[in-house]
Amino acid sequence: MAALPTDSATARRNQWLGLALVVLLAAVLPFFLSNYRVFQLTLVLAYAIVLLGLNMLTGYNGQISLGHGAFYAIGAYTAAILMDKFGVPYWLTLPAAAAVCLVAGFLFGLPALRLEGLYLALATFALGVALPQLLKYKHFEHWTGGVQGIVIIKPDAPFGLPVNADQWLYLFTLGVAALMFILGVNLLRGRIGRALVAIRDQPIAAEAMGVDISLYKALTFGVSAMYTGVGGALGAIAVQFVAPDSFTIFLSIAFLVGIVVGGLASVSGAIYGALFIQFVPNIADQISKAAPWAIYGVFLIACMFLMPGGIAQVVGGAWQRLRRKPGKSV
Amino acid sequence: MKTGSLLQATVLIGAIALATASFAQKKYDPGATDTEIKIGSIMPYSGPASAYGQIGKLHMAYFQKINDEGGINGRKIKLLSVDDGYSPPKAVEMARRLVEQDEVLFIFQSLGTPSNSAIHKYMNAKKVPHLFVATGATKWGDPKDFPWTMGWQPNYQTEGRIYAKDILATRPNAKIAVLYQNDDYGKDLLKGLKDGLGDKAGRLIVAEATYEVSDPTVDSQIVSLKGSGADVLINIATPKFAALAIRKVHDIGWKPVHYLNNVSASVGSVLVPAGLDKSVGLITVAYQKDALDTQWANDPGMKEFVAFMAKYLPDGKLSDALNAYGYSVAQTLVQVFKQCGNDLTRANIMRQAASLKDFQLPLLLPGIKINTSPTDFYPIESLQLQRFDGKQWVLFGKVIE
Repeated sequence: MAALPTDSATARRNQWLGLALVVLLAAVLPFFLSNYRVFQLTLVLAYAIVLLGLNMLTGYNGQISLGHGAFYAIGAYTAAILMDKFGVPYWLTLPAAAAVCLVAGFLFGLPALRLEGLYLALATFALGVALPQLLKYKHFEHWTGGVQGIVIIKPDAPFGLPVNADQWLYLFTLGVAALMFILGVNLLRGRIGRALVAIRDQPIAAEAMGVDISLYKALTFGVSAMYTGVGGALGAIAVQFVAPDSFTIFLSIAFLVGIVVGGLASVSGAIYGALFIQFVPNIADQISKAAPWAIYGVFLIACMFLMPGGIAQVVGGAWQRLRRKPGKSV
Repeated sequence: MKTGSLLQATVLIGAIALATASFAQKKYDPGATDTEIKIGSIMPYSGPASAYGQIGKLHMAYFQKINDEGGINGRKIKLLSVDDGYSPPKAVEMARRLVEQDEVLFIFQSLGTPSNSAIHKYMNAKKVPHLFVATGATKWGDPKDFPWTMGWQPNYQTEGRIYAKDILATRPNAKIAVLYQNDDYGKDLLKGLKDGLGDKAGRLIVAEATYEVSDPTVDSQIVSLKGSGADVLINIATPKFAALAIRKVHDIGWKPVHYLNNVSASVGSVLVPAGLDKSVGLITVAYQKDALDTQWANDPGMKEFVAFMAKYLPDGKLSDALNAYGYSVAQTLVQVFKQCGNDLTRANIMRQAASLKDFQLPLLLPGIKINTSPTDFYPIESLQLQRFDGKQWVLFGKVIE
């Protein structure tokens, strides 16, 4: 059922309007919440950027990565080292983290192309496991601070804006996240997005249509790593500390959990997934000190059973039903 | 920017002044009232270091006992112990939750060097005590730069220096091999050892090998250390790896003078699994009594501890040295509260924590006392050497500062 062009244009306009409304709401939020909550939401935004990047790779392109924590760490360390050793302003570290991760992701993507499905998952897993130890390596220690990590200073609001450091960082992160999401949506909506889905679903047909599979796959890996790196840099600035122990393999697993729970191949799913990985462990801990992970597991299984398509699908479905109510025939 | 934050700060200070004024007396900071002292703790109840979560459970049990007995000066202790899964970013989040949302008086015994490093600056910027952190790193005793942070246990460098002292005194021409965990703890202890050996370190240490906590065994490291021809082995490993190393050293017929670090000195959780016969002759330092050691069976302090465990933490094992550790730290905190009297401000908490004088605890070895001062933020600095005779640790020599 192809929608009429006018309908699709209206729908698109509505979507942009909706997005603008969400961003506006998000922007006033910090003025009603405690600094602690604002800090948590800053982390949610950083995670959301990561999940969008991982979703491009896994959800849209069908490549499973169990090692995105490594790119998150690279982004975080790039920001931390630039700020700590070179006195680079925090906002300039983001393009640097993005560039470093884009290159790292692309280079890792090239050989990884030969691997598919579970084999790729294992290769990325190896990356995720290895990186925290590489950060401790003696000859990198001068830069990475070894196991002690690097402490960075939280930026203050510029131009005399009447907001505190937490609120400013949240707003800054929100701005970056909005930009990354707009870029991401444009990328996924267009020719490139269609090519990614085609490679995932029908690689042979895609190739016959003239899609350069290896280039696209490697580029997707690079872009995905770039998003993750930006998220990592923002996360590091918010937490004000990086150390190898911050980026264990569990972080990579949490990202994968985030995109599946949020909704595979869904842009808004990244936000739901980020909320899940930020808040569910805290809820689990409050329910039981003895077995927080068992509670986490219960939450996860419940999500998978009740919302097999992810939170995004459920929310999207509810939204559709709401809109149809007024008797508008389709 | 300046005027904005200044205005905010003024409003904030005004609000705080109002809030404190309404309590009528000016001896409380957030978290303390006439009936309750609310404190926070950050523990790895989940994640790779979850075994250490036992310390948090012990604290809750001990404060329950104190509350059952009427609390301290009529105030009950309320401990909010939260989980960070041994993850530094999570520790930052939890510290902010405890300080900003739950408004605890201070944070007590947050565990792990990485997690504490992550919140070190924050706690000091907020001027909230970061008290008796559960890590042996040396950096926690720095009152000049971090006046709100204090450790508790002897730091790793002190321990390393004591081994060095003993080696120089007994075997000045030793050939030393070192096995250490490849992280801050291992390197800190190694640094103490090298500092203690001084300019002889380069000559005496003939081999070093590291392992990662994710390694399955340390067999190959032990074999290569033996190959170096060393006659002294310094074993800087956590319990599981220490036990594997002790066993391997014995099995390949290597007979070095074997120094085992205090972290792994537990008879129940290290030497029994390694094999008591294989552990004969091990040397370590100690500051605590081992609950399974028969020489303390009739010690009044130990009896009290065993009775406490039976009543308040029946699931906890006496063989787990973390229980005795948590018990002693909790008792130190109770002493700080007693010294504070009715002045439960954050500044006074630090002042009292920094004025413990010759304070003795039932589970510390005889002769080991807790001493702190405004310039000395290392509560326990003395240790004693002991050797394993196949059944128990036998103290020898004097208490070494």
